[in-house]
Formats: sequence, C-alpha cells, structure tokens
Amino acid sequence: MSAVAADESVDTETRNDRTGGDLAVEATSHVLLAIWTLIVIVPFLWVVLSSFKTTKEILASPFSLPAHWSFDNYVHAWTDAGIRQFFLNTVIVVGVALVLVMLLGAMCAYVLARFQFPGARVIYYLMLAGLTFPIFLAIVPLFFVLKNVGLLNTLPGLIMVYVAFALPFTVFFLYAFFKSLPDDVYEAALMDGAGDWRTFFQIMLPMARPGMATVAIFNFLGLWNQFLLPVALNTDMSKYVLTQGMAEFASQAGYAVDFGALFAAVVITVVPVLIVFLIFQRRLEGSVSQGTFR
Amino acid sequence: MTTTTGGRPRPVARSRRMPSLERLSFMAVFLGLPLAIFLVFVIYPFGQALYFAMTDWNGFSPSYNFIGLDNFTKLFHDDTFMKSLGNNIQLAIVVPLVTIVLALAIATMVTVGGPTKGNIRGIRGSGFYRIVSFFPYTVPAIVIGLIWAQVYDPSAGLLNATLTKIGLSGFEDFAWLGDPRTAMPASMFVIIWSFVGFYTVLFVAAIKGIPAEIYEAARMDGAGRFRTAISVTLPLVRDNVQTAYIYLGITALDAFVYMQALNPNGGPDNTTRTMSQELFNTAFRKGQFGYATAMGVVLAVVTLLFAAIVFAANRFTGGGERRLRR
Repeated sequence: MSAVAADESVDTETRNDRTGGDLAVEATSHVLLAIWTLIVIVPFLWVVLSSFKTTKEILASPFSLPAHWSFDNYVHAWTDAGIRQFFLNTVIVVGVALVLVMLLGAMCAYVLARFQFPGARVIYYLMLAGLTFPIFLAIVPLFFVLKNVGLLNTLPGLIMVYVAFALPFTVFFLYAFFKSLPDDVYEAALMDGAGDWRTFFQIMLPMARPGMATVAIFNFLGLWNQFLLPVALNTDMSKYVLTQGMAEFASQAGYAVDFGALFAAVVITVVPVLIVFLIFQRRLEGSVSQGTFR
Repeated sequence: MTTTTGGRPRPVARSRRMPSLERLSFMAVFLGLPLAIFLVFVIYPFGQALYFAMTDWNGFSPSYNFIGLDNFTKLFHDDTFMKSLGNNIQLAIVVPLVTIVLALAIATMVTVGGPTKGNIRGIRGSGFYRIVSFFPYTVPAIVIGLIWAQVYDPSAGLLNATLTKIGLSGFEDFAWLGDPRTAMPASMFVIIWSFVGFYTVLFVAAIKGIPAEIYEAARMDGAGRFRTAISVTLPLVRDNVQTAYIYLGITALDAFVYMQALNPNGGPDNTTRTMSQELFNTAFRKGQFGYATAMGVVLAVVTLLFAAIVFAANRFTGGGERRLRR
C-alpha cells in the first residue's frame, strides 16, 4: 500500500505533462497560500520593525523605518520594565517543572504500562478526567489549596501546579511509548540481576529517549505559554512569569504608551520559542502527525 | 518510531509470586509521588469545586452556607453571564468551523493538489507554507493577542494603515475591537489565525495516510479536484476532523487569554465577554468564590456537552468507522 507521495518531490518525467488546467490550479493555489503566508508572517515582521522605532515614530506611521536602528527599546524593556526578572522567573519555573514532570510522568507511565496491579484502571480514568475538565473548574479551589499549604504567590507553588497539570498528558503519551518498548531487553536486565530501580533508570529510561524528547518539547511550549495558572495563583509582581509580565506591560502601556518597549518585549518573549521551533520543527510536526496530542 | 503493538505478554510482571520488598518500594515511590501531586493539585480541587459551587462563600468571611442550587438559578438570571455564555457558543461554532475549513483546504493543496498526471502529489514548495503557518502555534497566546491588539489599533495599527494604503476609505481610524459589529469577528480571526497551521499539519498527516490508489481511482473515474476533496478526502479524514473540532471547541469555550489581551473589559456592549473572563473577575476581583465556582461548573458542563454533541453528530452522519462514501 503506497501512501500519497512526498509533497516536495518534483517528478521530472511528468513535468511536461502539465495541462493548462493544472497550471491554473497550481498558480491559484500558490497565490492563496502566499496570501495566507503573508497574513501569518507580516504581523511578526511588523513587530520586529516597530521594536526598533521610538514610540513617536510608531504612532506617526506604521510603515516607516526607524530613523536610528538602536536597541534602546530592548534595553528599556529588559531592565526598567522588569522583563529581565520575568524572564528569569519563567526560566526557573519552566525549567524545574519540566524536569520534574518528565521524571514523575515517566515513572508513573512506566509502572502503569508494565506492571499489573489493582487500581490501575482507576488511575487511568483519573488521569483522563484531569485531561478533560477545564482548568477553570479547579482554579478557585486550587487557589485555596495553595493558600492553605503556604505556597500561594511562590515559585515552588507555581512549579507544583505546573507539574500536576502537565502530568496527565505526559503519562498518557509515555504510557503508549513504554508499552511499545521490546520486552527482551527488560528480561535480559532482570536476568543479569538488575533490580527494578536500576532497570528503569539505566535500561528503560534511555530507551524511551525519543518519546521523552517529544513530550518534553510539547510540555516546554505549554508551560512557557501558560497564562491562567500564573495570573490566578502568582499575583506578586516580583514573581511574575513572562506571559503575566506581558499582559501587565500592555495594560499599563494603554496610557503610559511605551509602545517601543512593548514591541521589544514581544520579540524577547517570542525568540526562545522561535529557537525551539526552528530546532525541533521536524520532530514537532512528526509527532503531531503521529497523533501525539490526542 | 514504532507504535503500540498490544497483546504482547509481559512475562515478569504477570507472575503470581508475592511481590518482593524491592518491588513494593519501587511501586510506592514510582506511583505514589506523581499520584500524590496529581491528587492534591488536580483531582481534589475538581472535587471541591462541585461543593463550593453550592455555597454562598464570598471569601472574606471564614464561614459559608450551603445554598444548594441557588447559585445556578442566579446564574441563569444574570444577564452578563448569559451574554457571555452566548458569546462562547458563537465562538465554539464559528472558530472550529472556519479553522478546519482553512486547514483542510491548505492541507489538500499541499498534499494532493498537484498535477492531474503522474504521481499523486501536492503543489511545489508546500513545505515552506506548512512551516510558516505552523509557527503561531508555538507563540504564547497572550503575545499573539497583544500583537493583534496592536495590528487592530485604530490609528497606529498595521491593518488600517494597509487598508488605507490600498485605497479603501473609511478605515483611517476604524476601531476594529471597539465597534460592536466587528469586535467579535476580529477576535475570532485572531484565534483562527493562531490554530490553522497546527491543524494543517494534522490533516496533512491524515491525508498522507490515505492510499494513493484511492486517489488514482477517483481520477480515472473523472473526478475533479474539488469533487475528490469532498467525496474522497473528507470522508476518509472525518475522525481527524472530529478530534480537531473537539479540541478547537474546547479552546473557543475557554478563549480567556485571547480575550484578555484583545478586550480585557468584555469589549463594546460585552460583545466579546466570555464565561472564563466573567469567572475570573467574579472570583479574583469581587471575591465571590462560591458564585464563580458555579460558573466553572457551567463551563465544564458546556464543554462536556459540546464534546458529546460532536461525537453524536459524527456518529449520526455515519462516522466512527473509516469507509468511502459512494
């Protein structure tokens, strides 16, 4: 069964066979796709351009080039507007939460996938519930859970919540992955006298690396972009994460109008995800294709 | 990458011996730690929400009364909330529909839209289009909202400047997000814009999984591109469409981030206010925690209902199993 041929392959034999209709359709398709591409790309380019302009220039004309290409806006956003602090907070929260959720998620998925014990099904359905129900249902009680354990408005509190809400997705995907790993390596490890702990950390976890990488990328994007949880649970400005800082910045800018710095802050926020996207673009697309996100 | 094979015996784990001490400690740590966090921060709050929703708790007093379903009765007479519910329903109908149509159209062009002779393939240069349109998916939603708030800005925004430049009059200072007629469509467009690329990639994968013979057969039978897309592609990717519809619907029923960035105060005449914004304000600005949680319950119920309706609609129209429509 041959699937539809790869889209980028140019079949030279048939090149000359294009009919007039084909050419017309191809031209129309290109025009439509190019328009959509422009609609996607132009706002980003405009933001980058504007981030080099002074607020005065931004308000004067959306299209004009900056009189001086300077990084003043970036310096201003980074230091005065607090983006540096927000950036640092985000790196800490997302970094620690990512490591924790990958480790705990892998452990949980491994046990669920490779051992049989009473209650496994219950755990499975609880995880499914965690994936299905909107966070909004939990947000108010969650606020008080954190308050009662003294973790409200703290980075550790935010980290725990990030881990907890990223867990179901992580477990579901890695569950399928651990199930698909071959048994013979596992058996060999046991034969050699390796215990459960060593088997997991030295044999099974390294074998699951491709799956782990994919889930880690999706978790990174999800956590880096998270908005509701920090806005509700982390209201101390010195502990803001980037997304919160951006919202705060914009609501101030409405009157104080420092659009130059706002555009610079947008660029600073987008660059890390752009880098992740460009490096892992193939893996991201590949895993969407395999239905990871289900 | 291999996928689940299933049905394979897992020998050691199946043995009936008493588990060793090492195994017990291993299971306790490996299951116990993640589950404890999950139960405390996810399941417990979900459970509590159902109870809070039936109290008059306002957050300032330590005590509160159980008032049954009063909060829900109050909700259905709350004009602002009902308006928000209506807005969310509009969002849940329009956003998935437009996103899926656009994504399917792009996916079709880049996979099977190529020449009518030779191999079944897409048009040239399709990889580029796919990569570019996927990118917004990775950008934080709040940032997307802020970028578009600037694009829509009446006087300094990109959109009005462009429209004026190409000779359209009346757009010099048109407030896209401030006019009750355009605030909602403009907001919807932002959400659609950010998701088209992601679902394009999903549909591209689904279409590539269709055997080329089916397309060749359709071509021999004289089906044109449009006919092929409607009668061959669509029925064969309908389960993917269902998944996409549910995910997009859930996003649209939330929509919190986008609306907070575009119109934090609900827009002109509350035309873009959503249940999520209403819930957030009621809880964290007004401190009416019991009432806000009741809104959360309604939001959850609407979300589940939505998913059920999509499943039922797909089943009812003959989906659920992959087959070709004659």
